[in-house]
Amino acid sequence: MKKAFVPLAIVTAVMFAYAPIAIARVQYESTMLLVQKIFYFHFATWMALTAAVTVCGVASAIYLFKGTPSADRYAVASAELVAIFGAFGMFSGSLWGRKAWGVWWQWDARLTMAFMLEMVFFGYLLVRKYGGPGAEKLAAAMGIFGAATAPFIYKSVDWWRTVHPQTTVMKTLGDKFPAAWNLVWFCTAAFLLLFVVVLVARVRLEELRAELDRLYLAAEE
Amino acid sequence: MFLKVALLVLKKDLAIEAKSREILYTTLFFAVSCLLIFSVAFVKEGVPAEDAASGILWIALAFSGTLALGRTFERERYGETLRALLMAPASRPAIYIGKLLGMVLLMLATEVVLLPMVAFLFRAPLFARPLMLAELLVLGTVGFASVGTLFAAMLVRTRTRDVLLPILLYPITVPVIIAGVRGTSALVQAPPDEAIATLWIGLLTGFDVVFVTLALWTFEPLMTE
Amino acid sequence: MARRMFTCLLSLALTVTASRVLAFQPAAQGDFVPFVGVPPDQQMPAAPLVICAYSFFLLLMMFYLWTVWRRIGKVETDMRALERRQAATGPGLGSNVR
Repeated sequence: MKKAFVPLAIVTAVMFAYAPIAIARVQYESTMLLVQKIFYFHFATWMALTAAVTVCGVASAIYLFKGTPSADRYAVASAELVAIFGAFGMFSGSLWGRKAWGVWWQWDARLTMAFMLEMVFFGYLLVRKYGGPGAEKLAAAMGIFGAATAPFIYKSVDWWRTVHPQTTVMKTLGDKFPAAWNLVWFCTAAFLLLFVVVLVARVRLEELRAELDRLYLAAEE
Repeated sequence: MFLKVALLVLKKDLAIEAKSREILYTTLFFAVSCLLIFSVAFVKEGVPAEDAASGILWIALAFSGTLALGRTFERERYGETLRALLMAPASRPAIYIGKLLGMVLLMLATEVVLLPMVAFLFRAPLFARPLMLAELLVLGTVGFASVGTLFAAMLVRTRTRDVLLPILLYPITVPVIIAGVRGTSALVQAPPDEAIATLWIGLLTGFDVVFVTLALWTFEPLMTE
Repeated sequence: MARRMFTCLLSLALTVTASRVLAFQPAAQGDFVPFVGVPPDQQMPAAPLVICAYSFFLLLMMFYLWTVWRRIGKVETDMRALERRQAATGPGLGSNVR
């Protein structure tokens, strides 16, 4: 596992170096032209965010019920990544929306729920920081609830008529616009790899902190 | 046995509350003062903004509910009764349900006072479909209170509990509030849009089941040190 | 027992909710819908938006990785300081048997 880290990091870096070139080269989408190109990273970041939310939810549940310390480390690392990917997702969506819909922000179901999900995980980080001793468990509860509401975000756009493109768009993209389809999945793969690489690095930080605490305790004896 | 414990906890809370009625009155008056503040924002030249009533109702409910949650568990913390409850040989989920029922009853009492006031002050025909409105309110209250009781109980030992409760509670209960507001708006329209209100009632039921199940599942490990 | 009951209740309620929601579906809106009819003076050039989006991502990621790097550095410094202190005081003085 540890040995795979550097090769994975290199692969990720290469993919991200290639991505802008591929994005610049792909054809324009017929109705939205240039600004639609934000979609490649926008979609990918939300996929990475979903992965992060799932990891946080599962790790939080494991930590709450089994007390495994490593689960707690994965939970906090993925919560930070949810905040990062979510911030970029909302920012890129806002820029795209300004051009495509004419407004920076819309209070439709999916955007509201996405914002809410971001706030849940910011709450997670705040509880961990200011919750005092034993805050890891409280944060784990937040992580579980946040992960439970995430499916509603994905499905919400299918249940209500909104400005946001429906999830069926992705399915038709494969038939109508294969170059874009391939590029979208390439970018998604790049983002997921990035998520894994950064997650491992962040978990390493937590492991080092735990080691330091153990050393302090041992020194006091 | 489970139900007996829950009802016992509820009876205890009601008995304590009946003596001083402190939380009931303070919550009610806080909700009404929320209405006053909202009137400043939403009333232009003496005429309330259209459709503001449903939002105002639910926000006043959310704010006063948060306050009531904080006060209820502060009382438990002060008397150290929460620790006593947890040490009792009773199933933890039953204790949770007991506290939840108490909270729901308190919020329903607030709603009984708020509804006529909102209808009166903001000129909203809230009572056009009373049964559906009642369904919406009960389901919404249960959804909000289920998450609130869990979070308030788990935060009782934290120093920054007063500020962390709203921060944690509001994002999680946003779906419930959205469903409540949109459902109430649908019912306030002329003529009331029953189909949309039914949709939101259905979704609220789903949220409630998910939240109550999750809360029951996580209450025990959260309350154990 | 209670857990199984709740799982059944959960599945039942979710099925009921789903059926009620699915029965009422407004006309779906598929595909990206561009905003048409914007007068030319109101239109925004797209290039700055796209460049802004991608550079924001780059900056954000670099910033986050830098904070992780910095925090790891701090922890490692503390560890080294602790080890040095241990070595300085010597092995015998560490134990405190009661």
